[in-house]
Amino acid sequence: MLTCKQASKLISQSLDRPLTWSEKVMLRLHLFICNPCTQFKRQLNMLRTALQRITNGIEHDSTIKLPPDVKSRILQTIESRQE
Amino acid sequence: MAENNLNDWLTEHGDYLYRFALARLRDPHQAEDAVQETMLAAIKNNSFDGNSSARTWLTGILKHKIIDLQRKQIREQPVSDIIDLDASEHSMDDFFDKSGHWLDKPQTLEMPDNSLEQKQFLAVLDECLNKLPKKLKAIFMLRDVHELENENICKELDITATNAWVMLYRARMGLRKCLELNWA
Repeated sequence: MLTCKQASKLISQSLDRPLTWSEKVMLRLHLFICNPCTQFKRQLNMLRTALQRITNGIEHDSTIKLPPDVKSRILQTIESRQE
Repeated sequence: MAENNLNDWLTEHGDYLYRFALARLRDPHQAEDAVQETMLAAIKNNSFDGNSSARTWLTGILKHKIIDLQRKQIREQPVSDIIDLDASEHSMDDFFDKSGHWLDKPQTLEMPDNSLEQKQFLAVLDECLNKLPKKLKAIFMLRDVHELENENICKELDITATNAWVMLYRARMGLRKCLELNWA
C-alpha cells in the first residue's frame, strides 16, 4: 500500500510522464480511500488549468498592445544594428 | 526590402507577439526584449518560406527566445547546486510525518473565474513563485507555463529525468501550500 508521501509523488509525476501499469493501479487504490491525496490531485489540476487559462487570456486580450514607443525603438535598434 | 517586412510584421503581428511573450514572461521589459530579439532574428536569417503564416513563423522564433531568456536565468546557477537541492529527502519533512501521512491536509483551491480574479490569482502566484528557490521556479515555468516537454527540459538544464521529476514535485508542493495560505 502506498503512503500519502509516495502517492503525492506519483500524482505529480503523472503530469510529466506516463505512469506504469502497476503505479496506476496502486495510485488508484490509494486515491479511492484517501481524501487528502484526492484533494492534492485537485490542487495540482487546478494550478495547471488556471495557468493555462490565464496564459490564453493574456494572449487573446486585444486591449494589450505593444506600446508605440517600443515599436519605434525596435525599428531604430534594428536599423542601427544593420548599418 | 527587409525593412519593409520588419515594419509590416511589427504592425500586423507586434501586438500579438508582445501579448504572447507577456503571458509567459509576465514582465513588460522582458517581453519587449523578446519581441525585439525575435524581429532581429527574423530579419537576419529570413527563412520564411511562405508555407506557414508569418505569424506562426514569428511565434516559433519567439518561443525559442522566451526559453533562451529563461535558460539564461537558470544557467547563472551552477548545475551542482541544482543536484544538491533535490538530493535530500528532508525537504519534504514539512509536509509529511515519519510514516508518510500528510501533516496538514490539502485544502480546496478555488479556480479564479473572471478576469479580475485571474489577475489577483496571478499576483498571488507570482509572489509564491518568488518564494521558491530560483531553480525550482525556473523549471516549473519551463514545464507548466512554457509547456516544454520533459525531455527538452533535461537537455536544457543538463539534468536527469529523475532529477526533473523531483524538482517539479518540490516546486508544485511548495506552490500549492503557498496558494493555500494566500489564495482563499
